[in-house]
Amino acid sequence: MGDWLPLLVILVSALAGLAIFTLRQQQHGLRIGLNLGAAVLKLSLVGVLLAGVYQGKEYSFSLPLMEGAELLLRPDPLALLFLTLSALLWLVTTIYAIGYLEGSPHRSRFFGFFSLCVSATAGIAMAGNLLTFLIFFELLTLTTWPLVIHRGTRKALHGGAIYLAYTLCGGALLFIGTVWLYTLVGPVVFTAGGALPEGHGLSEHTLRWIAFLLLAGVGVKAALVPLHGWLPTAMVAPAPVSALLHAVAVVKAGAFGVVRILYDVLGIALAQALGVTTVLAVLAALTILWGSLRALAQDDIKRRLAFSTISQVSYITLGAAMVGPIALVGGLVHLVHQGLMKITLFFCAGNLAETLGVHKVSELNGAGKRMPLTMLAFTLGALGMIGLPPLAGFISKWYLGIGALEAGQWWWIGVLVLSSALNAAYFLPAIYRAWFRPPPETWPEERSLSARHETSLMLLLPTLFVAGASLITGLFAASPNSPLAWAELIVRREYFP
Amino acid sequence: MNPADLLVWLVLLPVLLAALLFVAPEGWRTRLGQLGTLLCASLALLLAWQVLQHGPISVALGNWQPPLGIRLHADGLSALMLALTALVALPLAAHAPAWFVRHEAAQSRAGAFFWPLWMFQWAALNLLFLAGDLFNAYVGLELSGLAAVALVALGGQRAALEAALRYLLLALFGSMLYLLGVALLYGAGGVLDLTLLGAQLEADHASRAALLLITLGLLIKTALLPFHFWLPAAHANAPAPVSAILSGLVVKASFVLLLRIWFEIFHPIGLGGAGEVLGALGIAAIIWGSLQAMRQERIKLLVAWSTVAQLGYLFLIFALAVELAWAGSVLHALSHGLAKAALFLAAGNIVLALGHDQIHRLHGAAGKLPLTFFTVALAGVSLMGLPPSGGFAAKWLMLQAAIDLGRWPYVVAIIGGSLLAAGYLFPLLRHALAGTHDPRQREGERLLSRWLEFPPLLLATLALLLGLMALLPMSLLSGGMPVSLR
Repeated sequence: MGDWLPLLVILVSALAGLAIFTLRQQQHGLRIGLNLGAAVLKLSLVGVLLAGVYQGKEYSFSLPLMEGAELLLRPDPLALLFLTLSALLWLVTTIYAIGYLEGSPHRSRFFGFFSLCVSATAGIAMAGNLLTFLIFFELLTLTTWPLVIHRGTRKALHGGAIYLAYTLCGGALLFIGTVWLYTLVGPVVFTAGGALPEGHGLSEHTLRWIAFLLLAGVGVKAALVPLHGWLPTAMVAPAPVSALLHAVAVVKAGAFGVVRILYDVLGIALAQALGVTTVLAVLAALTILWGSLRALAQDDIKRRLAFSTISQVSYITLGAAMVGPIALVGGLVHLVHQGLMKITLFFCAGNLAETLGVHKVSELNGAGKRMPLTMLAFTLGALGMIGLPPLAGFISKWYLGIGALEAGQWWWIGVLVLSSALNAAYFLPAIYRAWFRPPPETWPEERSLSARHETSLMLLLPTLFVAGASLITGLFAASPNSPLAWAELIVRREYFP
Repeated sequence: MNPADLLVWLVLLPVLLAALLFVAPEGWRTRLGQLGTLLCASLALLLAWQVLQHGPISVALGNWQPPLGIRLHADGLSALMLALTALVALPLAAHAPAWFVRHEAAQSRAGAFFWPLWMFQWAALNLLFLAGDLFNAYVGLELSGLAAVALVALGGQRAALEAALRYLLLALFGSMLYLLGVALLYGAGGVLDLTLLGAQLEADHASRAALLLITLGLLIKTALLPFHFWLPAAHANAPAPVSAILSGLVVKASFVLLLRIWFEIFHPIGLGGAGEVLGALGIAAIIWGSLQAMRQERIKLLVAWSTVAQLGYLFLIFALAVELAWAGSVLHALSHGLAKAALFLAAGNIVLALGHDQIHRLHGAAGKLPLTFFTVALAGVSLMGLPPSGGFAAKWLMLQAAIDLGRWPYVVAIIGGSLLAAGYLFPLLRHALAGTHDPRQREGERLLSRWLEFPPLLLATLALLLGLMALLPMSLLSGGMPVSLR
């Protein structure tokens, strides 16, 4: 049973997705049942897996595909960090999406792809070798595209086309890099400390090329400057999709891939010797600053959040590329923290748009009086992003900063400080408007979604849950069950195998 | 049944069935054809199983040994192609009758002639895959060409007839060149058996001329750029089940023959420079075919041009002459056969249901035909070479070969072809997914019967699964790799 568990985790949501496709629009109850049932089941399976891995059990499922190339699922602690995050947030987002898409067309198609997309993410997390990673990475592209263009408007189609162009090209680079490495050294099984065998005899030149192909491939999804162009246009997707893309699936898969390739394929020592980490750290720093600068100029809330994502996800890359255990802890824990905070912010943006028709920062005046709980969640998320103690974002930045000192690269602290200032500059005005400005006479497009609450509970409760989670992970970061503790566990494996 | 008899029956049975179907009353033809399909397909799959278990099987007809007799030979490659034909034929037997009934019902008797012609075609394909000598292969080639032309003409409209005529002329020209080459060889050495020829061939002018003629003839039949011009019209204007047969199977038959002739007979007299030319033409076909596919406004033309592009991949083996590329090339032929058949059947369904095949008018069609567009998407995944499809496995192998040899232009072409394929396939899906819900359409209303929708879905699923089970075809191939491959 144990070895089938990883496969089962993927199949649960994949089969649910396929079953949902066959449902008719009106089969509302069944669809919700399938959605939530699969999400809960998946979360419990992941729980079993988590407990097992914590106790040091090893799970591994393999299926030979071609000679010297197999599909391998082998969840290690790093996999579980991403997997748990995605399984948990999938459940929350599903509930939110059910409320959000109430009465809109093509729901079966939407939820079908939604489930498939989470399966692909689980596959990326648990991939035990580079081929498996590639397979699920491409599947993620395929399953998210219909979600991006879900609204079917001209703008959505355009955004989808750009999204595809970027991600397919990224996939192609990753494909070449993967085949190249397989051709030279045989199966590339993810191994703490590096997957290349002793005395592989590859020249630095070849290794640099391969590293470039692999990292550029995942860098597209990680929205690393200059490969980030797809992300702001993909914002046309419905809010739950944006939430999922930015917090769990696509961007995270990219950042996760960077960590995997640096630490478990090349090995951090080799990556440093090749100069790969330096280039990556510089790019990450540029991305952090560039994303924040662009976010400043956006009035559209979702676009502002999108540029903020570009910036925040690169913290993960920066943490990985600084080459030091503490910085890596900061980067990894940010994978979870950014996910929780960003999904909170997107849920809030969705609530505002659905309930009041508010899409712009300039329309936020007095929103705190009309929707206090939503704006409270927004404030928590935003302050966390800025890095205010004791919120989750502070923990990430603290570890990144200490990590920079430990690695003897103090200048990254400058980047962190500057970025925090910029974060404050684009989040604080929104918070100020919401709480301290008087509300307008009429909202742009107010709808009454609930008689007793500020908006439908299906929208409100998931929002409050994720906001609470981001608060708690920060407050109780020192507890042995926190994401921080788990990140430390991973780093011990990577640096002291 | 003795395994050697299987080979004979695989050729004989479809011929007999074809004859029977010609004379059978029209009302019986469908049932008879379906029954016959079941029989022939079981034989083919049984043979593939036998070859997998016991290795190649050879039989001399009437016990006349070569060089005089006729020899049928089934190795891994034959087994795979026979199995592919059977796997396409089975869903087709369910789809084709339903399609012909719906298609301009009773206006023409095209449906009645489909079955005998298709059986005829099947016999020809089996003969080609099993032929142990060049003359038998010629017979197969000629029969296959004639049956294909007649099948295209079933389309009935002016465009179909014109395309059929053009196809006929070119097919005849192609087989004439081939026959000329064969005659040259026979005049020089007096044998036509593939194995004997390979052993005694000398590197003289006559052999080179023969190789050139044979190759040219087969290139025309396989529609490699620049001999592709007849293909889009013929494949696009034929009835949908016929398009599936032509694009999925028929063009592969002449390719398989070319593979055998190059790698099993002529390898001593130099593949080098000429192989490079074929490889380069393959790359050109990938690029040109894809670009043309992007420009098309009709679905079936788009799919047909995509065949031109995908056939290009098959020819990369001539420049990358190693075992990995051989396996990749054959795997590509298999996965393209399944996926393209699925795509043509699905395209035919779209035309049936919507009454047009204009791509820009597909707005919102995915809402009306979800299953059919799901099929298009699945087949598309395989054509684009995205995981976990058979197309992906094939590209993986070809890429490994190209990288191993350090042939970087081929790496770029293989990957670039995938992106180009995305460039013509995604717009199709995008148009279909676009637009908002049409309230006039009643939920759950079926525009197409299950018999029309499920067979292509099955084919597309098989193409996808091929990537997860690529080891099976590869183990069939591994025993019979030509010695000429490095």
